[in-house]
Amino acid sequence: MYRIVTQEKLVPNIYILKIEAPEVVRKIQPGQFAMVRIDERGERIPLTIADWDRKEGIVTIIFLEVGATTHKLAQLKAGDSVVNFVGPLGLPAEIEKFGRVVCAGGCYGIGAILPEIRALKEKGNEVISIIEARHKSLLYWQDRLGQFSDQVIVTTGDGSSGYKGWAPDQLKEMLEGGKKIDRVFAHGCTFMTMLCSEVTKPFGVKTMVSLNPIMVDGTGMCGCCRVSVGGQTKLACVDGPEFDGHEVDWDLLVNRQRAYLDEEQESSSRLSF
Amino acid sequence: MTEKKKINLNRVPIPKQEPLIRRGNFNEVALGYAEEQAIEEASRCIQCKKAGCKEGCPVNVDIPEFIKAIGDHDMPEAVRILKSKNSLPGICGRVCPQEIQCEMTCNLAKRGAPIAIGRLERYVADWERAHPCHSEPFASCHSEGAKRPKNLAQDRLREESHAAQGKLREESRGAQDISKDKKVAVVGSGPAGLTCAADLAKLGYQVTILEALHVAGGVLMYGIPEFRLPKHIVQGEIDYVKSLGVEIKLDHVIGKIATVDEILEDGYNAVFLAPGAGAPMFLNIPDENLSNIYSANEFLTRTNLMKAYLFPEYDTPIKVGRKVAVFGGGNVAMDSSRCALRLGAEEVYIIYRRSRVEMPARREESENAEEEGIIFKLLTNPKRFIGDEQGRVKAVECYEMELGEPDESGRRRPIPKPGTEFIIEIDTAIVALGTRPNPIIPSTTKGLELTRWGTIKTDEATGRTSKEKVWCGGDMATGAATVISAMGAGKRAAADIDAYLQRKS
Repeated sequence: MYRIVTQEKLVPNIYILKIEAPEVVRKIQPGQFAMVRIDERGERIPLTIADWDRKEGIVTIIFLEVGATTHKLAQLKAGDSVVNFVGPLGLPAEIEKFGRVVCAGGCYGIGAILPEIRALKEKGNEVISIIEARHKSLLYWQDRLGQFSDQVIVTTGDGSSGYKGWAPDQLKEMLEGGKKIDRVFAHGCTFMTMLCSEVTKPFGVKTMVSLNPIMVDGTGMCGCCRVSVGGQTKLACVDGPEFDGHEVDWDLLVNRQRAYLDEEQESSSRLSF
Repeated sequence: MTEKKKINLNRVPIPKQEPLIRRGNFNEVALGYAEEQAIEEASRCIQCKKAGCKEGCPVNVDIPEFIKAIGDHDMPEAVRILKSKNSLPGICGRVCPQEIQCEMTCNLAKRGAPIAIGRLERYVADWERAHPCHSEPFASCHSEGAKRPKNLAQDRLREESHAAQGKLREESRGAQDISKDKKVAVVGSGPAGLTCAADLAKLGYQVTILEALHVAGGVLMYGIPEFRLPKHIVQGEIDYVKSLGVEIKLDHVIGKIATVDEILEDGYNAVFLAPGAGAPMFLNIPDENLSNIYSANEFLTRTNLMKAYLFPEYDTPIKVGRKVAVFGGGNVAMDSSRCALRLGAEEVYIIYRRSRVEMPARREESENAEEEGIIFKLLTNPKRFIGDEQGRVKAVECYEMELGEPDESGRRRPIPKPGTEFIIEIDTAIVALGTRPNPIIPSTTKGLELTRWGTIKTDEATGRTSKEKVWCGGDMATGAATVISAMGAGKRAAADIDAYLQRKS
């Protein structure tokens, strides 16, 4: 059992969860994830690790309430427990001194990209963070990201804060304006990471995207999370979760993510939310 | 003159669920012998002086002796004999390929049906589970594990085990005291890990199993279905291993949460690697990543471990549809096809590129599958998958094969017959071609030599790897194999770890 230290709603549908996992915390690197199972009948779901405190043994997760399991997770309170918390899984992000780096985060990815921003800054990169949301009420952590970024650019779909538009639009504007960017990292929904990859491709700026296919074990055993990268089948759980966005077969990823939509609906309707 | 006893050349049949009934449920197919049936079968044993069966057993169970005890109606004695060599008899009695091991070398096999050793082994294990307080202080009586009171039977068991290790430990009587402060980590709680852990615990070592998944048991839990190996049986055997004092830590993916070197730095004196051959193999044909194409590992894990057959009471879903194709001819292919049937599929095909003779599955299992209505498409190979507009598989194109000259495996090589392409419409495909080694441990452990197949280079007799203090066994050492061969490897490694730690003290 892994005890929940705090659980709160950051913005509508996005939650921050701090969980006691003293053994897991020791080796976490930016870009890694954990597999979580809530109760004895629960499924195993992957969640990106957004922060950690090695001294206190606490791991921070930011997640979007999107289906039955994350709905149940969102109902838990401080003092409750989840039955399994496995990690740190996946390969760490490739963090080097690249020069000028853009980190794009949307949705839960605003939180999930923090470890990379911090590590990139520590390596001496110039870090420009771009965050996106539909409306300003869905933005969070600007200050935290700002601590490790040279610049934080805010975009909202409705223009209620910062630039009107989305993170890929800003990225595109920068590149078209002649700004030299050496590397891009993107965390968030598949559509957003795909668009980031699309806008950087003509400029040849390598763009690392954190993919989120469905997983079962998360340790390379089942092959559920297979993705096609550069024409080769890879397992996101052990070969990723970060891949070169210019090489990813996005249609395949989206199709496989939708494989259980009917079942997801059935589960959600049982929980009536 | 003594009257020569006439040997019965036919074995006592084992009761089974009827095919039409069992294909609709996940309950165990074979129901096991009743006491009188077990005794009758045991009485067929001629108690050979030179017992071929014993040599055929990878863990050298004293087979004639335990069968004699059954014939004598002395079940506690049968349990004792069996468990002194085999910590997991309820499992082995069900899933060992006895027909190519102990039963193949049974002297009766030359004239008729060999003794049904597996069924008798299962009978003894099940008897013990039903009578926990009459034999060893095993799980159901003393689930508190290490807190159980010591008793004579337990001590006898330890002594037996010591005797078995005798040649490796000549001077050994004071050994237990030395063992007590030595710690061994076992990575993986499948058959190799459980066996190694049990043997070392019996010798007095402090053993910790580190298991990646959220339950112990490895392939016994996620792979082999309930109808062939009920999970409460596996749980009972795991509880027994725990009762020997073995600690099991779940959720521990070694290579991630800690490396092998960190385990050694953490005060463990030896590490036995038995993580299984985790990574699934695929067909490498076009459009294999369409939705609803599963590896057997995924299909079986969703079904057995995550209980997808109870969706939505359990959260993990699974897609089966009406028509299912399973690719491969091994036990895993049989298990997958029979699970698909029980999950509601109407037509389930086994698609295998060679003929029935070359099929690696146990005959009993392929017969069970056929009785249940699985359709065998032999000498057939898939060419490509075909998807619908939403990226879901809707058909597979196959072609016919014929058999040519034997290849390096000794089996006749399948050769495609040109122009024989045909299409089978399917809703789900399951690829059961076997597994290759999971890269996590090899890629995070320095000084571990690998073979060209990516398995860990391991001395077969001792389980030693190229890295000091590190042993390996099971599928990670040999590639995909059987439960019992993994157990044999666990046993040999335990003996060698013991010898090594004795020398070191």
